[in-house]
Amino acid sequence: MNFEQCLKNEEKILFNLRYLYTKYGYLPFKMSKFEEYDFYARNKEFLVSDSVITFTDTHGKLLALKPDVTLSIIKNATEEKGAKNKVYYNENVYRVSGSTREYKEIMQAGLECIGDLDLYDMYEVVSLSAKSLALISKDYVLEISHMGILSALLDTVTTNSEFKSLVVDCVKKKSEHELRECCEKFGASKEATEMLTDLIKLYGTPSDVCDKLKKMKVSPEFDLATEELCQLCQLLESTEEYKSIRLDFSIVSDMNYYNGIVLAGYINGVCECVLFGGRYDKLVSKMGKNGGGVGFAIYTDLLASLNKDEKEYDVDVLLTYKPSTPVTKVQKTVEKIVAQGKTVSVQASIPKSLRYKELKEMED
Amino acid sequence: MINVALPKGRLGEKVYKMFANSGYECPSILENSRKLIFENEERGVSFFWVKPSDVSIYVERGAADIGVCGKDILLEYEPNVYEMLDLNMGKCRMAVAGKKGFHDSNVATLRVATKFANIAKKYYASKCRDIDIIKLNGSIELAPILDLSDVIVDIVETGTTLKENDLEVVETIVPISARLIVNKSSFKFKTEEIENIAKALKAQVEAND
Repeated sequence: MNFEQCLKNEEKILFNLRYLYTKYGYLPFKMSKFEEYDFYARNKEFLVSDSVITFTDTHGKLLALKPDVTLSIIKNATEEKGAKNKVYYNENVYRVSGSTREYKEIMQAGLECIGDLDLYDMYEVVSLSAKSLALISKDYVLEISHMGILSALLDTVTTNSEFKSLVVDCVKKKSEHELRECCEKFGASKEATEMLTDLIKLYGTPSDVCDKLKKMKVSPEFDLATEELCQLCQLLESTEEYKSIRLDFSIVSDMNYYNGIVLAGYINGVCECVLFGGRYDKLVSKMGKNGGGVGFAIYTDLLASLNKDEKEYDVDVLLTYKPSTPVTKVQKTVEKIVAQGKTVSVQASIPKSLRYKELKEMED
Repeated sequence: MINVALPKGRLGEKVYKMFANSGYECPSILENSRKLIFENEERGVSFFWVKPSDVSIYVERGAADIGVCGKDILLEYEPNVYEMLDLNMGKCRMAVAGKKGFHDSNVATLRVATKFANIAKKYYASKCRDIDIIKLNGSIELAPILDLSDVIVDIVETGTTLKENDLEVVETIVPISARLIVNKSSFKFKTEEIENIAKALKAQVEAND
């Protein structure tokens, strides 16, 4: 038994991620467990779930157990022309977890880059998100989308917000049949319907999808978003992670907060998205700061199901002693076993639930 | 291997036939046996029957890569899955029904008995109507007859049960049919296989139209 064998899979991942982010100059961010509830209430839609655990502090102020880290990082970000706040975190957050729909304490790891952002920053964060997934498993997919593409397409099709929101729902579900019904109901033109259904079907490698996007004639805003996405993909082409990157427009986030690239990461064997992030300039500006923000979070609680190497035994040696056995004899025997690199449990009798490889019974 | 969750019952049998006609057959599924999982290694599919309302859980949690379930279940439980195809079968509608001649005068809270609490809540919220949900698990039609509720929200296929009990449809909420649903993570790692199945099923749906 060595130190590494002692760590759980999620713990190993967290250490590896911390090492990765530190190498790229990201600094650790530590925050308190509680924030004022009002802080989260003002940005409710940004949170993954709007259920927040609240309580009253000793002065009667309503506090919340933190459901998110990004908001606090933005609040603490400093503004300096040309500079960026680059931080990473491993923090417990408290919120309703994906499919269980119950409150959970979730260990979340992630990083944020806030400030005067440019193409390199986008590349760095996206590339680090892919590298993070690669550290978890070789069998992963990082999906990238651009909110500007769907939003430009919607703006050319309609001004009706109800129609827009229904289209977004259909795109999220990759539901072509419902999208067609919806377009018919709202009287969208045949051309508009085809453009929207084309977007649902667009899924694949960056080079394939970028070629198709460039052929679509929608609007100057659409071209601008396409250009930004394709430029980013070009930069990623030289990386080892490129082969695991796909473009998919069904990843849609709240348009009030996110405005550019959106990321979603999947690991084979985990039924939900394990990494989520994107560019959130609108949120940064809503919080009264200049510049933009981009980052991602990894839901490490979902990784517990990966590489479950169930041990056959709890300990290598079960050492039992009698009331008459001298303590010094027990002490020396234990140290000898530990020095051999074995694990040992010392007991006066054999516990029913303990699984051991070898039993050593000490005599007087 | 693609794991397929099929809903037990007539709808599931019809859906299996669609899979079989598309080349994803697994004859052992039709044998009267106690087996739970039916596999066709050559075609790379494995089927299992589950309670219709559980299909979306199996798919959302990744125990099944794909599955078939009614739109009613998707609207009620809102699972985080892709809904890739309308199979155009098992057609019916989600409707509000009440005693013959029922009129909602909008003066008091409306008592609504239903199995589909989420659908009912959302529907009435969209109309700004104050309601009291009475969650039942079966024999919904009894509720207005015994004055347990003013109306019911339930699936209506032919309307015969309603008619025989002096009830009638007040309004239709949404049409319902069977949908092909896909686990989001499975789609990323088995894209080609899943798209091939969806394409083959779509061809059959279009041929049946």
